[in-house]
Amino acid sequence: MEHEIYVYIAIMSAVTLAIKILPLTLIRGEIKNTALKSFLHYVPYVTLAVMTFPAILYATNSKYSGLLALVVGTISAWLGASLFRVAVICCAIVFFSELWILG
Amino acid sequence: MLITNRQALLDGIRDGIPIGLGYLVVGFTLGITAKHAGLNPFQGFLTSILNIASAGEYAGFTVIMNDAPYLEIAAITLVANARYLLMSAVMSQKFSSDTPFYHRIFVGFGVTDEIFGITVAREGKLNPFYNYGAFIPALPCWSFGTALGIVAGSLLPSSIVSALSVALYGMFIAIIIPPSRKDKVIFSVVFVSFAASFLTEVFFNFISPGTRTIFLTILIAGAAAIIKPIEEKEKSDGA
Repeated sequence: MEHEIYVYIAIMSAVTLAIKILPLTLIRGEIKNTALKSFLHYVPYVTLAVMTFPAILYATNSKYSGLLALVVGTISAWLGASLFRVAVICCAIVFFSELWILG
Repeated sequence: MLITNRQALLDGIRDGIPIGLGYLVVGFTLGITAKHAGLNPFQGFLTSILNIASAGEYAGFTVIMNDAPYLEIAAITLVANARYLLMSAVMSQKFSSDTPFYHRIFVGFGVTDEIFGITVAREGKLNPFYNYGAFIPALPCWSFGTALGIVAGSLLPSSIVSALSVALYGMFIAIIIPPSRKDKVIFSVVFVSFAASFLTEVFFNFISPGTRTIFLTILIAGAAAIIKPIEEKEKSDGA
């Protein structure tokens, strides 16, 4: 470990707090720039998708249980399951598929 | 219709309880990642109470795990949390001009996907006490959940850890899939992101996960913004 964990935490916290607090305190009028608005609009979807796949395959004991969780989680979310429920469904899928089939 | 600060606080606590329960589980699994990255329980608690950001913290922990340069954690945090910039901007529009300025700072501190969701779902101007009410169950669950994951994550059998490890991904899926169903462009963006992420991982596996996320986010979100700029009428759909 070359780097100090507390320095990492300080940097990430400073960036996060700036991101969350600055727009609320600085912006009084409405954002008008369409390009900037559009970019910010798409950012979360790309970031979360990229972080989910293929990482989910390596998070579990078996690649296949991770893949199954992705597929079933996606279907559940598509059908309208809440954030909490999708998270629980994914966990259950991994647990039982590894227990019964893939273990 | 004017409601009292006390009533807003109580409403906030009520709506914050289910959020808190979810945060406890997700915070716990985040703690498992934090432990892999070498954080102790206090460091995990500190990170979570200051950031309150699942994807952002997760991304940060992967940087710490790889002992990557400090600049990388600043960049990845900026990218992973960029959506809060938009949420904070949206919430700035809901503040009444006679709400004291310091409330903007505290409300901003507690911007999360879920708290943003319940805040914009409320009619009328934003009452900061509603947000503070939601903080009461949500924030401790999140930060103590992380610390608990670091402490107890290693005591759990591998099958349980394996199962809990996907909770966070399940949450990410639950954030990106419902809008994909409603909006073809977002559907395409998510699909292209999955494919590009997979291909990058296969063919350029020397690029760290953090750098890959930054690179693909700027590339794909930038391309989407150029090809399909959002229209004025869609501005409220920004979460």
